[in-house]
Amino acid sequence: MTARKLNLKDKYRLLTRDLEWEYSYRDYEEIFKQESFEGIKITDWSKWEDPFRLTMDAYWKYQAEKEKKLYAIFDAFAQNNGQQNVADARYVNAIKLFLTGVSPLEYQAYNGFAHVGRQFGGVGARVACQMQSLDELRHVQTQIHAMSHYNKHFDGFQDFSHMHDRVWYLSVPKSFFDDARSAGPFEFMVAIGFSFEYVLTNLLFVPFMSGAAYNGDMATVTFGFSAQSDEARHMTLGLEIIKFMLEQHEDNVPIVQRWINKWLWRGYRVLTLVAMMMDYMLPNKVMSWQESFEVYFEEAASALFKDLARYGIKMPDYAATAIAEKEHLSHQAWSIFYNYGHAAAFHTWLPTEEEMDWLSEKYPNTFDKYYRPRYEQWRRMEEAGERYYNPTLPMLCQTCQIPMGFTDMDDPTLVSYRQSEYDGDRYNFCSDGCKDIFDFEPEKYVQSWLPVHQIYQGHCGGAEMEDVLGGYYRINLGTDNLDYKGSPDEARWNDWHGLETAEEKLKKAS
Amino acid sequence: MPVAAIVDNYRGERLDALANFHGNQILYLGWDHHLMFCSPVALPVPPDMPFGKVIGELMPGAFSLHPEFGQIDWSGVVWHLNGEPFTPDMDKGLAEQGIDHKSIVRFATPGLDGIGGSGS
Repeated sequence: MTARKLNLKDKYRLLTRDLEWEYSYRDYEEIFKQESFEGIKITDWSKWEDPFRLTMDAYWKYQAEKEKKLYAIFDAFAQNNGQQNVADARYVNAIKLFLTGVSPLEYQAYNGFAHVGRQFGGVGARVACQMQSLDELRHVQTQIHAMSHYNKHFDGFQDFSHMHDRVWYLSVPKSFFDDARSAGPFEFMVAIGFSFEYVLTNLLFVPFMSGAAYNGDMATVTFGFSAQSDEARHMTLGLEIIKFMLEQHEDNVPIVQRWINKWLWRGYRVLTLVAMMMDYMLPNKVMSWQESFEVYFEEAASALFKDLARYGIKMPDYAATAIAEKEHLSHQAWSIFYNYGHAAAFHTWLPTEEEMDWLSEKYPNTFDKYYRPRYEQWRRMEEAGERYYNPTLPMLCQTCQIPMGFTDMDDPTLVSYRQSEYDGDRYNFCSDGCKDIFDFEPEKYVQSWLPVHQIYQGHCGGAEMEDVLGGYYRINLGTDNLDYKGSPDEARWNDWHGLETAEEKLKKAS
Repeated sequence: MPVAAIVDNYRGERLDALANFHGNQILYLGWDHHLMFCSPVALPVPPDMPFGKVIGELMPGAFSLHPEFGQIDWSGVVWHLNGEPFTPDMDKGLAEQGIDHKSIVRFATPGLDGIGGSGS
């Protein structure tokens, strides 16, 4: 007599791998036609080690439990007017950046994993990708729900998905994912499954979630906890796909190495936004970008690459540039947003004296030498009633699409310029990493939708900045953009807490 | 292999081809050691615009908010075109002197090194 209850291993086998069937009347290549064009050689899919060991019924059960707890906390946060208990209203701008820049990537990840979950010949890989796809859909939904409460009390949240597709700085995360999703299935897995979810995810989520905790944002913290166990599974899948490719055929090694070089660089450039969030946007600081980079990239990645060395994989060359940039990155990024604060859907501001002292302490080699004088000049301009905004649109990197604000690490006061000529045209880049990516696949990146050039070609609502920012981007001008000082967000915050702005105090005194 | 694609001879659309800018070309301008302007700027300009106009009109529009802008001695400026040393001819058009679409014109102003000499 057979046992009435299956053990977990058998249950898993029957409910995943046993769902596969023999392909009897169509060729394998016809069914999985994207499996070979990237040059990756798979000889035996049965060697795939399943990273999740979850069946669909168990998956639904676990996730439903997590959802129940999560939404109970969202409700409590809303009923207790949680928006009033964050450290300071400036904090909320970090969340605006997250909702417009990161949450739509969760949706892109859902699409991407659903796609590759159809393309692999191995059923284990297909099932794992489908589950990750569902996780990603859950993440975008819960993030939107978590932040929807802020939409009732602060500006800039209302059109996040429209903005993601159009606004200049959001083309940075958007084009990153477009690049991954338009690659083949194996490259997508190295791009998102490995480089982003395995190597870089801690640099994104730990700062945001601990930033939320330090700044009284219980809704976001709770979302973070709820996503954590999913992320752990995603990391396992990311590592498995790398090891699987490397073990299947030695010809895969140089291809995988090139993808790792490319995607760690692409991902690192996107994380520029996190660097400035940590050092400039959190009223209560957790740790500096440099400290976080040392723990979550330098230490973690060197251990990982030691482990991968036995396959012949080494640390990407560009890592040295990223390490050199750690004392500059956040300052250069915040400078970009301060320059173009009139064109952003969140508020920017000058660091206070106290905050500048914290930056001097955290960045003893660079802040006072290169960046403090800049902020002091901007403060003089602000005090003269002429808050500085850059009147001209910036030059962008063809690959990462970030304004060319990164400098040469041999002379940090000079912009890092790189250029290629291809098929009779010039293309410009911020770094060797971005230039090499273009040079290897120019036919892909000649198509970059660079927001500044698109405006000049007349594709973004009109010739006037109001047409572009207000009409095409749907930024509520004078409300969502400009400095935090003088914003409706600031006025509401002060009203809730009985605070006066500096201006009001001055008026009363006179 | 100019791209990994599922079709042979895949060719991408040149989104920033010169023809797409309605008679203009893109010119990038960067002032070395003045990173108060966070990055070089991009401007659409007619290819036959004389270089004198770059100094007379574009530069003030882009950079005059800097306190050192008024002190620039334009005869002592050091120029680079796409990374190479370059001497502009004020009367000639841009294209005529090799400043083509998506070229970078960089200038350094010896003696003026940004706010308090910080490169900002």
